[in-house]
Amino acid sequence: MLTIEHLTLQLPYYAPWWRRRWAEVLSDVSLELHPGEVHAVVGASGAGKSLLAHALLGLLPEPKRQTGRLTFHRQVLTAARQRQLRGRELALIPQSLDALDPLVRSQRQVSWAANRAGDARANAWQAAGQALTHYQLDERSKQAFPHELSGGMARRVLVAMAHVSHAQLIIADEPSVGLDPQQRDRVLDALAALARQGKAVLLITHDLRHALPIAQRVTLMRQGRCVETAFASAFQGDGDTLATDYAQALWQALPDNHFGVTPTAQAQNVA
Amino acid sequence: MSRAQPRRDALWMGAAIAVLLVALLSSRWWLGDTPGQMHFDARLAAPSLDHWLGTDALGRDLWARTLAGLSLSIGVGSLAALIGTFIALGMALLAMLGPRFDALVALVIDTLLSVPHLILLLLIAFALGGGTQAVIIAVAVTHWPRLARLLRAELLQLRHAPYIAMSRALGKSQCFVMVYHYLPQVLPQCVVGALLLFPHAILHEAALTFLGVGLDPSQPAIGLLLADAMRYLSSGVWWLGLFPGLGLLLVVLSLERLASHWRHAL
Amino acid sequence: MQLIATFAVRLLRLALVMVCVAAVSFGLMMLSPIDPIDAYLGPQMAQVSPEQRDLIAERWGFNEPPVVQFGHWLGQLIQGDLGVSHVYNQPVSEVIGQRFKRSIVLLGSAWLLTTLVGFALGVVAGAREGSLLDSIISTYAYLTASTPAFWLAMLLLLLFSVYLGWTPVCCAGPTGTLSQDVGLATRLHHLILPVMTLALVGIATITLHTRTRMIALMNSNIATHAFAQGASRWDIAWRHGIRHASLPALTLSLASLGELFGGSVLVEQVFAYPGLGEATVAAGLRSDVPLLLGIALFTALFVSVGNLLADTLYALIDPRMQKVTP
Repeated sequence: MLTIEHLTLQLPYYAPWWRRRWAEVLSDVSLELHPGEVHAVVGASGAGKSLLAHALLGLLPEPKRQTGRLTFHRQVLTAARQRQLRGRELALIPQSLDALDPLVRSQRQVSWAANRAGDARANAWQAAGQALTHYQLDERSKQAFPHELSGGMARRVLVAMAHVSHAQLIIADEPSVGLDPQQRDRVLDALAALARQGKAVLLITHDLRHALPIAQRVTLMRQGRCVETAFASAFQGDGDTLATDYAQALWQALPDNHFGVTPTAQAQNVA
Repeated sequence: MSRAQPRRDALWMGAAIAVLLVALLSSRWWLGDTPGQMHFDARLAAPSLDHWLGTDALGRDLWARTLAGLSLSIGVGSLAALIGTFIALGMALLAMLGPRFDALVALVIDTLLSVPHLILLLLIAFALGGGTQAVIIAVAVTHWPRLARLLRAELLQLRHAPYIAMSRALGKSQCFVMVYHYLPQVLPQCVVGALLLFPHAILHEAALTFLGVGLDPSQPAIGLLLADAMRYLSSGVWWLGLFPGLGLLLVVLSLERLASHWRHAL
Repeated sequence: MQLIATFAVRLLRLALVMVCVAAVSFGLMMLSPIDPIDAYLGPQMAQVSPEQRDLIAERWGFNEPPVVQFGHWLGQLIQGDLGVSHVYNQPVSEVIGQRFKRSIVLLGSAWLLTTLVGFALGVVAGAREGSLLDSIISTYAYLTASTPAFWLAMLLLLLFSVYLGWTPVCCAGPTGTLSQDVGLATRLHHLILPVMTLALVGIATITLHTRTRMIALMNSNIATHAFAQGASRWDIAWRHGIRHASLPALTLSLASLGELFGGSVLVEQVFAYPGLGEATVAAGLRSDVPLLLGIALFTALFVSVGNLLADTLYALIDPRMQKVTP
């Protein structure tokens, strides 16, 4: 559905004496997302995961330098097309809960999202109500302001906002962060359900363990580069089928897998 | 648009405006007694090559009088801003001495802020019986509370900082903490605060003299020039009203821009 | 319950501040080198014998120590007696009442205009930071923020009344007509320029403040999320921006009633509009101490109530302040 080919992104920073320099934050990233699949992008903070999400939606502010090719449904995804498709075909579940407007009740916010996706006002309000019910938010929560909701509930409001857009591609940026295990599973299940409906889900997370239960494919990112893309099934046993040392090391370093710190992993971490 | 720009801009603007201010302040010397000279052959003359901005009812050159007025405004304004900043700093430090002092300072600030500036200015100028000194003191006394409130908020955050508790625990005196910990923290704020007070002080000085409570009428203050212009307004003498105000606007505007640039740069 | 308690505390504080204002203004009046008897007598000063002066001083209590005088004045104040204005030869409360009735029309319409237009301009400018419209609006705001109100009043008077003749040159009605005979249209006609001046100058603060708020919002996660939903800039400004910026703008404009009043003193002076501002200047210049004190107290009350409202509005309206997180 979405193909990313050799995406490279440079952002400016300022050296002394007011000289502008460019820092490469994404280098030669290539990915392919398929309908009906949850594709996880896993990496430490600063690996460029969120920037990738924002680049896909065309949300990065100028000035920036971006090269490479994005294709959506076999058509090149230009900035103009991104603007057209945002909220209709492409949806974002943002990382931070302060993406919710603190002064607007949940149902109204969700109905705005539906309205922006092309629903008429009355329909949008209904669709919002249904979507919130779908994500197990009761009437009281629908009329609540974001600060009155728990973290898990607010997160589900954000998922509902992506849900009402009927987008084919959903990018979820760290949807599991800061939630207790039960709430986290609820949110992850919701994403898996969206994929079962035939949508493509790009799941961005720093924790491999959260991604594996629902993802079909996993891409590991490190310092703006794709290290490896593997099937989720490859992450089992000793991880022998994984192609790169980094992936193997990451897998073995998980608590359930003998906490192994291999020499390669140490070397990588130092680097 | 770039993040690094403000500092460079602030430096350039600061230099340019400093030159302007020094030129205006020094105008007192190179103008000599031209502001007071009367040309009876050219009363209420429109702007011409002889008198660039025209003359007033006594044939005095408006260009010279405007420059002299601006010079006076800058002098009064800078003194008032300086005194105001010192009062603000002193009051903010006083508030740090303990909760009682703090409550007292807060009450004084609230009291002064609740009277409209101009009314307070009138009251103080009235109490001091007018004159340049009264204007300077009135403007200083009315303008410190806002800055003091800002500095106090800044210092209150500092009070519980670990390094200050440490300093106290090590036996340093109140005085030491004031001078070496509190003061350096708020000095940049003070500089910007003084700069921000400056244009306000000038505007209020002009307003006060315009109302006729301020300076001695023989001095060509901008407010007095404009009050004088009021009398000839209905006969269509536009230059007397236009130019002194324009000069004042330019000075205040450049100071205001400089101050806000510095605030962002610091 | 808690709301009522905080409100009560604020009211007490207001009362305390008012007492302080009274003390400070009275102290300032005592400090004045201008002899109150001379001020009272005015030009008749020379015709009065020393014995008569003593009599006046005794009658008005000028010979007593300042603290006693203050106590006396405060006592009268509490009974609602503000003294007699010698400039207008009327009780101070009457002067203030009459004058304020005229000024409130001026202040009210200028306040409304300033708040609405200032807010709208701020939203428009901040929604597209760096656009041409933003540059125009910001430049205008920076320019008027540095403009002396009385000078702008003079320029407007020169242009509209002297050259174009569209508006009257002075006062609240035609000269020689009693104020009760002046029709509504004439009244409004005389109000246009003073209101315009106050609004043109006052807009700047609210515009700049709202613009800053809007720019912050436009760069926030809320806006990024809305952009990701396909919202346009105007959509975000309309739905999110107005919600976020309106309360601060209203608070600011309530909190700057003092500046508005200061502006009206100057503007009334230029247009010879017989409002409270003009009376203030007259009282100051002609040493009418009771009137000056009365006006200081009255305007302080006016400004403090504005501040109180501004403080309370947040607690009343902002949903974040109302309920505690469950």
